Amino acid sequence: MTTYRKPVSNTWWLESKPYFFFVIREFTSLFVAGYCLFLLVFIAKAGDSQEAYATLILSLKSPISMVLHLISFTFILYHAITWFNLTPKIMVLHLGEERIPNALIAGAVYLSWGVVSLIISWLILGG
Amino acid sequence: MSESFELEIFRYCPEQDTEPFFKSYEVPFREDWVVLDAINYIKDEIDGTLSYRWSCRMGVCGSCGMMVNGEPKLTCSAFLKDYPSRKIRVEPLQGFPVERDLIFEMDDFMNKLTEVKPYLLRKEGEEKPLEEGEYLQSPAELAHYKQYTLCINCMLCYAACPIYALDSSFVGPAAIALAQRYNLDSRDQGRNQRQEVIASHEGIWECTFVGECSVVCPKDVDPAAAIQRAKVSSTLDWFKEMMIPRSKGK
Repeated sequence: MTTYRKPVSNTWWLESKPYFFFVIREFTSLFVAGYCLFLLVFIAKAGDSQEAYATLILSLKSPISMVLHLISFTFILYHAITWFNLTPKIMVLHLGEERIPNALIAGAVYLSWGVVSLIISWLILGG
Repeated sequence: MSESFELEIFRYCPEQDTEPFFKSYEVPFREDWVVLDAINYIKDEIDGTLSYRWSCRMGVCGSCGMMVNGEPKLTCSAFLKDYPSRKIRVEPLQGFPVERDLIFEMDDFMNKLTEVKPYLLRKEGEEKPLEEGEYLQSPAELAHYKQYTLCINCMLCYAACPIYALDSSFVGPAAIALAQRYNLDSRDQGRNQRQEVIASHEGIWECTFVGECSVVCPKDVDPAAAIQRAKVSSTLDWFKEMMIPRSKGK
């Protein structure tokens, strides 16, 4: 029997809001990976000498660096929040017959995020 | 004059048409009508050549899934009054080859369903003799998989999945959710048999967690969650196999 199959356009991800936000979520992972790479290179270079460290710190304060950091921060924040919100789908826990509510699991992840961020901030700024 | 409602319906007759087209029909608007009622009216009163599937008219059989204004819907549960523009476009579920009008080919899904062995499996020699009675299960054990038993095979989840539309070799949401339903059943011992299909590249790893399959599911089965949970289990299997190579198949 002859059948008809509707072709999928290259812009399928622009045709619905959920598809669009899914692609944005995937796209933001590039910023996560990119910033990890940047940090590794930064740490390696900063360890070369006292002067190299001072130069790199100064370069971080430049307007271009500030703008790039702000863009990266926004995308990484979006990436983290979307994945944290999806965590209850992956971590399905039961207490007897009752399923632990999604809000509790997501809340625990956000709490852990806050605690880890506070510890890191304390180590960098006050430690 | 009574109010009317317009339906633009996808028409395709392989014996006559090389390309599909849309045909408009005017039906009376009634508060209590669902989209399926309007399609039935067209079939009975306006155009008897229109072909589509339906059966129970109560959201149980899963036969009447169609794209309504681009969204996968059970047409027996989509009310006309929820479309205030009084005009909708009805198409067959996307991602499947269309046989005629709103009827699509289901063979691919049926084959995939068979491949994942959606039934209780016991290890050889561990089946209980009939006279010993049922395999007992506690309510807590039932709670682990009950959600996945609610699937009615309506295939809305496949129509919502862009991955399936792009690559039909993907095993897909409902088939994986049903495999997970049996994998999580305390009476079942067939997980290793299902893993060959589930943990393959065309199985869980093809899924990029768009999540729309769960959004459109009329029974709140949450196939996206089933797939992600299967990914976690398969990853743990891999780690176990790396740490204790002889653990494979246990």
